Amino acid sequence: MDAAPSELRIDIRQVATLARLSLDAAETRELEGALDRILEYVAQLDELDLDGVEPTSHPVPLRAAWREDVAAPPLSRDEAFANAPDHDGTAFVVPRVV
Amino acid sequence: MGPEASATELLAALASGATSALALTEAALARIRAVDGHLGAWLRTDEASALETAARIDRRRELGQPLGPLAGLPVGVKDMICTRGMETTASSRILEGFVPPYDATVVERLRAADAIVLGKLAMDEFAMGSSSERSLRGPVRNPWDLERVPGGSSGGSAVALASGTCPLTLGTDTGGSIRQPAAFCGVAGLKPTYGRVSRQGVIAYASSLDQVGPMARSVRDLALLLQVIAGHDPRDATSLPDPVPDYQAVLDRPVDGLRVGVPAEYFQEGLDPAVELAVRAAEDTLRGEGAVLVPVSLPHTRYAIAAYYLIATAEASSNLARYDGVRYGHRTAEPTGDIDTLYSRTRAEGFGPEVKRRIILGTFALSSGYYDAYYLRAQKVRTLVRRDFAQAFERCDVICGPTSPVGPWRIGERSGDPLAMYLTDIYTVPANLAGLPCLSVPCGVDSSGMPVGLQLIGPPLGEATLLGAAHAFERATGHAARRPPEVHP
Repeated sequence: MDAAPSELRIDIRQVATLARLSLDAAETRELEGALDRILEYVAQLDELDLDGVEPTSHPVPLRAAWREDVAAPPLSRDEAFANAPDHDGTAFVVPRVV
Repeated sequence: MGPEASATELLAALASGATSALALTEAALARIRAVDGHLGAWLRTDEASALETAARIDRRRELGQPLGPLAGLPVGVKDMICTRGMETTASSRILEGFVPPYDATVVERLRAADAIVLGKLAMDEFAMGSSSERSLRGPVRNPWDLERVPGGSSGGSAVALASGTCPLTLGTDTGGSIRQPAAFCGVAGLKPTYGRVSRQGVIAYASSLDQVGPMARSVRDLALLLQVIAGHDPRDATSLPDPVPDYQAVLDRPVDGLRVGVPAEYFQEGLDPAVELAVRAAEDTLRGEGAVLVPVSLPHTRYAIAAYYLIATAEASSNLARYDGVRYGHRTAEPTGDIDTLYSRTRAEGFGPEVKRRIILGTFALSSGYYDAYYLRAQKVRTLVRRDFAQAFERCDVICGPTSPVGPWRIGERSGDPLAMYLTDIYTVPANLAGLPCLSVPCGVDSSGMPVGLQLIGPPLGEATLLGAAHAFERATGHAARRPPEVHP
């Protein structure tokens, strides 16, 4: 589906769920207003005829970068855990997932 | 001679023994303590490590050992750039307390050049802003008028220079974040060609737009710092393999016959008349130096902001997904029974309002059903913006115009209206979309007496041409020598 941007309203709660971001009621209201105005502004892109125009995802041509297949020292376990909010010395600890 | 002197002068003074790295570092730290409480440019300094490094460099100099090109110079680093063992937060609560286990490549290069990493500089959270009002410790202030913004997002990097606390700083520029604060604070700043400087170890905002660049009080100093940070890095897949020219050697090349493109679209409605006056006078100066002014057209300029804010927020929503409270950074202290609640609450507590706004906009622009209408459309407009520049550079060597359509506004004046703030990026975002090198140098004042910046944009890898033109302009005028009033308690 390729909806016309100017007719859209964002379902903020749905998008916030996708973004894993809890929002309170005041934030949701503020975002609805701000994003409506922003989407109204970006709707000016509809004026352009973009048929046949290739998208640019990167400003320079990217080539696959190869390096020698040589092992380099990784972060030590202590370094990897040094910034962790919670760990048990062998793994990061999070609430039960399954 | 202290940290308010130019890097070039300081290197000579260090080499002759007129000053030492230790004395200079102590003076820089003392100046930060004296003035920065009123400005908020420095989020943190590491005094012990800076002084120890300085003493070591002085000892090596006494022993006659070879030293790097920045030996003994104190340098400030935007808090977007990882520093081993020194807290790095991107001015965000979600990264408070994060101590990187490695240096960004640009910081490794600073250290290898024997610079002294003095500390970390304030910025808008995750580089998302044009005013540095959303820093970790409240708004950063412009030393020219403490009630006004210093620009952003590299506001701390510009203020640290303008207030004379150090001679060189690093900034990052995704949509103008080096050039606009440089313009607002009366200093110089350069965003290199995309890929010229490594992004390894730089906190990602919008990966196809982000670049690290040098900031300084003179063009010669910009060239000095660019020389150290530019070059290929195998740890950044987008890093360009092209050889790095000698930027200092080309500075004094005459600009006779240089074709300077003037795009009509950079002088339209919304441009402050005082800014226009200063930029027009700069064009006259360049002509007086032998440059030839050529009218050019960049017809898709008016669509650049819309395309930029879709692309940048889409990339940001993806990049910032990594802040989940699991491996590093803030984690909610609220009880959470499941992993999704842990993520959602952690992110709600850790991100500020502008970051949340951009994550939501970017997530939306990428979401199923809207991708073609927003993200893909914006990427096609990006192609048109690139073509505009490619066509213009068939007729000219550099493009010249204002860095910002307006001068520094009052703190709080635009913070209630995100779109109004976005629109002030109109002249800076096109070069990011096209990946082009560009710089800002001081060229006068606006009606409030605040600094105005002249922007020069070059073709891919045209940094040397840009620096040469900017240096000729700087020598022909006194703008770069102007300093803000002393900050008093």
